[in-house]
Amino acid sequence: MKLTVWTYEGPPHIGAMRVATGMKGLHYVLHAPQGDTYADLLFTMIERRDHRPPVSYTTFQARDLGSDTADLFKQSCRDAYERFKPEAIIVGASCTAELIQDDPGGLAETMGLPIPVIPLELPSYQRKENFGCDETFFQLVRALAKPIERTQRISCNILGPTGLGFRHRDDVQELTALLYDLGIEVNVVAPMGATPTGLTRLGAAHFNVLLYPETAEAAARYLERECGQPYTKTVPIGVGATRDFIAEVAKLTGITPEVDESRLRLPWWSKSVDSTYLTGKRVFIFGDGTHVRAATRVAREEMGFEVVGIGCYNREMARDIRGLAKEIGVEALITDDYLEVEQTIEALAPEMILGTQMERHIGKRLGIPCAVISAPVHVQDFPARYSPQVGFEGANVLFDTWIHPLVMGLEEHLLAMFREDFEFHDAAGPSHHGGHAPKAIHADEPVVEQTPAAANDDNVIWLAPAEKELKKIPFFVRGKAKRNTEKYAAERGVHEISVDTLYEAKAHYAR
Amino acid sequence: MNDMTPSKGCRDVPVLKERGQREVFCGLTGIIWLHRKMQDAFFLVVGSRTCAHLLQSAAGVMIFAEPRFGTAILEEKDLAGLADAHEELDREVARLLSRRPDIKQLFLVGSCPSEVIKLDLSRAAERLSQVHFPDVRVLNYSGSGIETTFTQGEDAALAAMVPVLETSDERQLLVVGALPDVIEDQALGLLEEIGVTPVRVLPAKRALDEHGVGENTVFALTQPFLGDTHAALERRGARHIAAPFPFGEHGTTAWLKAIAAEFGIDESVVDRVTEAPRARARKAIATQAAELQGKSVFFFPDSQLEIPLARFLTNECGMSAVEIGTPFLHQTLVGPDLDLIAKGPVISEGQDVDLQLDRALDARPDITVCGLGLANPLEAHGLTTKWAIELVFTPVHFYEQAGDLAGLFSRPLRRKELLKGMPNRLEAAE
Repeated sequence: MKLTVWTYEGPPHIGAMRVATGMKGLHYVLHAPQGDTYADLLFTMIERRDHRPPVSYTTFQARDLGSDTADLFKQSCRDAYERFKPEAIIVGASCTAELIQDDPGGLAETMGLPIPVIPLELPSYQRKENFGCDETFFQLVRALAKPIERTQRISCNILGPTGLGFRHRDDVQELTALLYDLGIEVNVVAPMGATPTGLTRLGAAHFNVLLYPETAEAAARYLERECGQPYTKTVPIGVGATRDFIAEVAKLTGITPEVDESRLRLPWWSKSVDSTYLTGKRVFIFGDGTHVRAATRVAREEMGFEVVGIGCYNREMARDIRGLAKEIGVEALITDDYLEVEQTIEALAPEMILGTQMERHIGKRLGIPCAVISAPVHVQDFPARYSPQVGFEGANVLFDTWIHPLVMGLEEHLLAMFREDFEFHDAAGPSHHGGHAPKAIHADEPVVEQTPAAANDDNVIWLAPAEKELKKIPFFVRGKAKRNTEKYAAERGVHEISVDTLYEAKAHYAR
Repeated sequence: MNDMTPSKGCRDVPVLKERGQREVFCGLTGIIWLHRKMQDAFFLVVGSRTCAHLLQSAAGVMIFAEPRFGTAILEEKDLAGLADAHEELDREVARLLSRRPDIKQLFLVGSCPSEVIKLDLSRAAERLSQVHFPDVRVLNYSGSGIETTFTQGEDAALAAMVPVLETSDERQLLVVGALPDVIEDQALGLLEEIGVTPVRVLPAKRALDEHGVGENTVFALTQPFLGDTHAALERRGARHIAAPFPFGEHGTTAWLKAIAAEFGIDESVVDRVTEAPRARARKAIATQAAELQGKSVFFFPDSQLEIPLARFLTNECGMSAVEIGTPFLHQTLVGPDLDLIAKGPVISEGQDVDLQLDRALDARPDITVCGLGLANPLEAHGLTTKWAIELVFTPVHFYEQAGDLAGLFSRPLRRKELLKGMPNRLEAAE
């Protein structure tokens, strides 16, 4: 057993859901107990999807345990096929169903559905979410992709984007445009946006772009073997990596690239004198392996930061990140325990953290600026605006995102000069961020009214019980409640605020 | 309006019982609010990565506030041989308690995986209680999805506490159900003014504040999902005061009057004490519920709060109910509320989510109360939704919150009106 509060990755069936939800025309029948449907809200809330994930859960309960659960599973398969008429079905078990050993694959096979039924073996007690994505996509590709005739014009597939992926939506758009500029068409993007029928067309591409190794490396290797398609090894995040990626594509295809860099602004933004203060800023980088590798290069070569530590939570990328750490002369931290990450950050005391939602909170606790570069992320990192990480626009986005949490140059100098300044000290934080106003008088200090002043129209006193009641109101609305109550009392010529007055005011301002 | 004649109510209406795919939380989610309420308790789930992931997803941002809950994630080796599972658990618990010496109560919370492999957590709790006596009390309950739905997790936790309460012969009222502190204080204040004394609460904020229970205890429930706790208290000799639940002005008044009657206090006393707050509640409801008049509501099953809330919306806000779905219908507890709901709506227990969605899309209610997995998809179909979980996490009981409660339902309608110039372009996530 391992005591866990926060997990960087969900269980592997969540990975399978990410593949199914990213695709169209595919349905996932998941053998799982009641309650496991919580996963739906990752997609409907965090990613704001406007439809339910294409997942049917058997949602068995205690009374179903025994022979019942196998029938329940078959019934769910039948219902899912009848209701949704998918092009293919994937079947599997969640961690609990793995223990009751119903063999979803075997059960589904005997049902004779007129569509491909692909069983998934996802060991819940050994592996995690990213493995679930990778394995599910691999099984789909293995079942559906066959060598077929190549497209006449040079084309590639983009492999790896899924549901609930960090910036996958805009990365695909940016990359498609970049490839188009190079004269390369995109044959299939998968899993995201693809159909099972679309996967049968994968073999027509001349090569594959492996956009996210975490979620599609097994499929890329399979296609290399079975369909003779080479795949790209550079993930185009950052200016240098994007240029290397273009060179790699040129080598694979024999094209002479003509690249439009007219909208690439990071290099000049980074060279302009305003950015001089960024030089040597000590940065700690943590996340999934792919994004950490890319961010490390951008931080060192394109922003002029000093990288003081790197790490990743997905052990599939451990070797790669260890190698990179050695190259740049820092320690690699391979862990999925956030307390270890926190200890490391505390020990290194960086000036900035590039990490996940979790590091954002660690940063908040330690008072260190943080920008998010990798999943897991919360709802604010599924933005409405266009914000890729890959390609040239991605580089622009990275510059803005990483700079924003930092105190700006001149302010930083003034802070050093006037360290004792009463409204301008270290703890005050950057002046372009909210939440750092001079502290108001603490609401918890009792207002002792020994002898209430003679009441006049602008003098309202709080009786002790009302004062106590006010403190029960959450702090973020307490101020408003206090103001409203006093206004209400003043308007009615009430000089003493009682608990009733407080609630009368509340009812009065009920909107 | 507030017709008290049972014959018109829904108590005897045949219930539509459905089995099929259920879109609900498991009982583990109860931990999210219970650990805030019980300030010296730690909730240790024995389960899988899925359990940890669920708590993390449901707890949202709270996960970073050093919460007093965690998951002991079962690994391969725990599944291979059960003998060492207990040793593993003992080690993790010892480490946890040495790190958090402020913990006085430890709940070992069962999950689907621990129940399926028949890991005997009750025995573990007994053993650990002896090991850590007298500093820490170790209890056990199951919050697994195979046995519990959402708020039933709180029921299971409280029911586990009842047998270890001291025995007391005192004539007392026990108010049962975890309430936000501000609400609890209001409830106690009202009962005190009416003259009901002494009044205790379950769960108490700390183990030390607990009082005994016995033959002379009567208890009132503040939440409709406490069936097992109700049974456990009756086994201890305590008697239940049946009443509608204290939502809205009528619900709160009826609840107080039922308790007053039990203590031989005249209705007129309750009327006098509650006159001002009742007037406030009426006024606040009127302000908030203007948009609700004449509108229809459809409840998907979630928390068992559906029946009392439907009673509030139909009796006090002028709404009509199309269907009231509840994960579990405990006749004894929600009977008084059912009596007050006019015949008409379908009362359903359990769920086949696809069939229920068909019914909702067919009926096109003005407001659909449902979970977060369904809310955005239904909005995309043009229905207006109120996500149900908020009703558990927000102070909604008693007089002073009656307006807020109505407001929770009217806000989505107001928002729809405000944004009517923006037709949906569905491209949330491609």
